[in-house]
Amino acid sequence: MPTTLLRHIRPGDWLTLGLGIFCVVFITFRLWTGEQADKAIIRSGGKLFREVPLSRNQTIAVPGPLGVSMIAIENRRVRIASDPSPRQYCVRQGWLQQAGEIALCLPNQVSVELVGSHKRYDSLNY
Amino acid sequence: MRIEDLVKPNSHTLTCISREGVDLPQSSILNPQSSQDTHSSILLHTTAEDHHIARMAAVALGLTLLEGAIPSPLPGVKPGLANIVTLIVLARYGWRAAAWVSLLRVFAGSLLFGNFLTPGFFLSLSGALLSLLVLALAQHLPRRWFGPVSHSIYAAFAHITGQMLVVYLWLIPQAGIAYLIPIFAAAALVFGTVNGLVAARFMDNAETK
Repeated sequence: MPTTLLRHIRPGDWLTLGLGIFCVVFITFRLWTGEQADKAIIRSGGKLFREVPLSRNQTIAVPGPLGVSMIAIENRRVRIASDPSPRQYCVRQGWLQQAGEIALCLPNQVSVELVGSHKRYDSLNY
Repeated sequence: MRIEDLVKPNSHTLTCISREGVDLPQSSILNPQSSQDTHSSILLHTTAEDHHIARMAAVALGLTLLEGAIPSPLPGVKPGLANIVTLIVLARYGWRAAAWVSLLRVFAGSLLFGNFLTPGFFLSLSGALLSLLVLALAQHLPRRWFGPVSHSIYAAFAHITGQMLVVYLWLIPQAGIAYLIPIFAAAALVFGTVNGLVAARFMDNAETK
């Protein structure tokens, strides 16, 4: 049966398929080669609230205009445990563990971002 | 009624497709009798092509409904079975008919599922619009080399691109969503290929029969 199925794939279709596989692999490498994160940067109202290492499990209360957001750190992962925002996007985002991942609670103006030991460059000049 | 009966190009439909509208099966939304009595009634002249498009959209709608019953590991990762119909319509009746079928499916589907004008609706709409745009270009690829499989893959990638744009620009404007893109892209590739194969195989079967 597989040979009859392959009959439907024309030469150009193989090209398309190859291109598609290349794109998927490229995107995956581009987006998923995150390094280990080792600290969390917590911001509130656009200002730095605290920088916490991920080595110790703890819960941090961050005040915002709507109320208090709870940020939990556990086993080198971090998540927004609770937040007063109406749609709860940041809470539902779940655990963050790679450097560069970020959870934003826009209504309460609270965000938590993970960074690695060496910060990735925004730009380079020579 | 089997899907094949609906999709098979019967000679009747083919002969009476014309822009002017031979309108063989003329029908109105109201009763023909009542339209003679009252002057204000609206008579919709429908062509055989309209009927055909409606039939195809109904098949697509059926497949969408069926797909809703399949559990998905991640919201947004769906096989997109209705696109098989779009691909067949594209290959047989051209881009215009395919656009009609696809958009009718999106609108009628959202009414059916009750998510008209909700974020879910705009996600399907943006996906469908971008797919159609890409298909408008992809259909000009030489037929000898590129078949429904290519069309399907390009359309699938366009679909997730459209959806990602809406998600990123409107619904969840944050970087976190980027981590899911590889999953969506891989799903698009797999389901695009499978749908294309199904469409190609279906059309070959219909021709040899």
